[in-house]
Amino acid sequence: MSPPSSASPETHYLRIRREADTRRKSFVELTEPRIHIGMATCGIASGALETKKAFEEALAERRLSARIHSVGCIGHCYAEPIVVIDNPASGFPPILYPETHPGKAKMLAKFFVEEGDPRLEHILGATEPNDMIPVITDYPRFNMETRVVMAKCGKIDPEDIYDYIAEGGYAALAKSLQEPAARIIDEVVSSGLRGRGGAGFPTGRKWELAAGAGGESKLVICNADEGDPGAYMDRTILESNPHQVVEGMILCGYAVGAENAIVYVRAEYPLAVKLVTRAIEQARKLGLLGKQILGSPFDFDIQVFQGSGAFVCGEETALIQSIEGNRGMPLHRPPFPVQMGLNGRPTIINNVKTLATISPILENGADWFRGIGTEQSPGTAIFSVVGNVVHPGLVEIPMGVTLRTLIFDICGGIPNQKKFKAVQIGGPSGGCLPEEFLDTPIDFDSLIEAGAMMGSGGMVVMDEDACLVDVSRYFLEFTQNESCGKCTFCRIGTHHLLTILERLTQGEGRPEDIELLQTLSQDIKNGSLCGLGKTAPNPVLTSLQYFMDEYEAHITEKKCPACMCRSLTAFYIDLDTCAIGCEACVAVCPTDAIFTTSTRKKGVDLVRCVKCGECMVACPPEYDAVRRVSPLGLAPAVEKPKETPRKE
Amino acid sequence: MDDVLQAEEEAILSNVRSRLALFEKDRSRLIPILQMIQETHAYLPAAAFGIVADFLGISECDVYGVATFYNQFRFNPPGRNPIKVCLGTACHVRGGDIILENFERRLEISEGETTRDREFSIERVACVGCCAIAPVAVIGETVHGSMAPSKVESLILRVQLEKEREERSQAKNESTQ
Ligand SMILES: Cc1cc2nc3c(=O)[nH]c(=O)nc-3n(C[C@H](O)[C@H](O)[C@H](O)COP(=O)(O)O)c2cc1C
Ligand code: FES
Repeated sequence: MSPPSSASPETHYLRIRREADTRRKSFVELTEPRIHIGMATCGIASGALETKKAFEEALAERRLSARIHSVGCIGHCYAEPIVVIDNPASGFPPILYPETHPGKAKMLAKFFVEEGDPRLEHILGATEPNDMIPVITDYPRFNMETRVVMAKCGKIDPEDIYDYIAEGGYAALAKSLQEPAARIIDEVVSSGLRGRGGAGFPTGRKWELAAGAGGESKLVICNADEGDPGAYMDRTILESNPHQVVEGMILCGYAVGAENAIVYVRAEYPLAVKLVTRAIEQARKLGLLGKQILGSPFDFDIQVFQGSGAFVCGEETALIQSIEGNRGMPLHRPPFPVQMGLNGRPTIINNVKTLATISPILENGADWFRGIGTEQSPGTAIFSVVGNVVHPGLVEIPMGVTLRTLIFDICGGIPNQKKFKAVQIGGPSGGCLPEEFLDTPIDFDSLIEAGAMMGSGGMVVMDEDACLVDVSRYFLEFTQNESCGKCTFCRIGTHHLLTILERLTQGEGRPEDIELLQTLSQDIKNGSLCGLGKTAPNPVLTSLQYFMDEYEAHITEKKCPACMCRSLTAFYIDLDTCAIGCEACVAVCPTDAIFTTSTRKKGVDLVRCVKCGECMVACPPEYDAVRRVSPLGLAPAVEKPKETPRKE
Repeated sequence: MDDVLQAEEEAILSNVRSRLALFEKDRSRLIPILQMIQETHAYLPAAAFGIVADFLGISECDVYGVATFYNQFRFNPPGRNPIKVCLGTACHVRGGDIILENFERRLEISEGETTRDREFSIERVACVGCCAIAPVAVIGETVHGSMAPSKVESLILRVQLEKEREERSQAKNESTQ
């Protein structure tokens, strides 16, 4: 290795930047059409690979030359596969097309790419201001977001480091390497950034502790374990813009004086593993990782460790245990990992989003960052908003936006004219909030005050058809399963909680159960070592607090008001509206539970019925004869004729 | 079938033995080693624990303890068409458990099991990252969104038909050769 060169990191960086600019320029100045296809997991799941293939085939068939550019996810998962077509020769601006399946892809190749007709009836909008067609930023789902972490997601090719650099990537690193490490920590401290892994611990404070920790060879770990069963933003960031996370890790390493780093990412996220591994290799090749980064005396390298899928391994000490080759069981803190972590080395652990926020802060300054969000929680929050909303997907909003704005204005509200019932925030550690809390601003402290928490950033919106007792049962089933078993209260307590909740959903609840749930929850909170046990009862406690009437209905009336708990719900067919001779429901029933009555209408055999609700969907709307009721006794008995002719 | 399985396991074990040499003899390599075995062979045969334990100089029950702690590892061979039903939060509120039940009923196995002919296996997973099209099931590598109980039958039929078609064309190829 050559000694540190005399040229400054910025000079080194400029050389790489020039190369990136040249490549970008030749791409931008292409006169041939460009087709950008979103290829993160959500896009691929919706069929982006087939879409890409359809474009390739259509281009080849028509002998068109056009560039296909694979990009990440822009967060609008409801509209996947998303395609942006830029055909400069047509005179139109770049246009975004939602739900571009192969047929639509072939059609667009013919009309827009070949003939210059954008087929306006199929567009969502233009991606740039123009005076011909509406711009996507006219829609709230686009213009009410503020993108800091996800600013480049969906615009760049995650497999091409030059794409990131051309957008200004790694400039913050080059600048920072010329400054003393302490100045970077100061900047992060004054930005007020709080950890996005859930707890909201001030990142600058953590870095100060790590920088001050004695001991050789400190270590940085990026926590991409993302164990919440309903959140996927960390994965999407790694799949759409891995370099921003890598840059954050290098900056963290420089600031605290670390030499090595590990990205701890779930093995169940194969695409994220692949892309972040590739990003690290590319950064190494350009001298952004390895020895003497950008010609400075700073050495730093990153390894990838694949987590094996245990929710508790998101907890810092358990995560370290699992890297060391043990069962992921949390340890008592202190000592905190910043004092004594992996193999006894001082270890600093930050979440993916926290690290991805570092380079924007260093590039634009702490004051800029403080200008976004609230006093106590500056910056943005990323939520994966799913469940019963019109436009589910990933949303990045400034902290302080209210739940109402997020759910109704940005995500389009509740579909099918249903009513909002509750929103579950923070996954298995979080809580359910009812309508009265819709005006709660989204920030670390307000959510905790309301009884939920930022947690993982999972947000599930539920309409009137959701049963809160069942949702609590669902989360308890998850945490009970994921409890590592170290603490008695967590191991056995969650098991009992689950048993009681199961009892309720099966109509076997007892009057004393509510109080039992409450005391047991408190005991688990008090008697557990790590955050898993301390927060596991939250879904139960908040739903008890806000939806007590539902619990009571389950216990006293054996009734599930939302008709979700299957043991308490029955299906029957309204003989007044059922049409003679119609067999729609019979065809879809998976258990042959529907029979023909003596009046040649249909009835449901309650013994065979598994309550899947398919008949309800299949019944033609003009009859709308299938009813769902709770408690069971409400379903009228319909006699099954003795000899139902069976076709077999 | 057990003979087949045993012969297969022998082959796996000898492969594992040879690939262990690529790893450092250090406890911290335990999980990557288990991941390597599962990645190449789709499951961890019971006999592999002893080999790994000897290699790392730790007890076999230690290896077993770690392997069973994590959700990623499976201990019986999956079917040729592994079915993963998502029971993440979004899929749960949209009825993922009913989808799972339908697969179980249709294939007459429970979650975590493989059919006797080793064509299908069923597993439950948490959030495959496309909650927007919940409920979701993954068959092989293909994600099927907006699942409904009535789609279960047709998906399984489709897989079976494709297999038959392949077998037929294979038979044809062989007869023309
Ligand atoms: C049970 C449990 C699960 C957790 N899961 C995650 C996770 O998936 N991702 C994450 O970043 N942090 C998770 N955390 C929080 C981490 O322990 C830690 O606080 C965080 O990674 C610190 O990063 P930050 O300061 O950037 O927030 C979890 C904590 C607990 C108790
Ligand atoms: S919960 Fe099933 S895909 Fe996310």
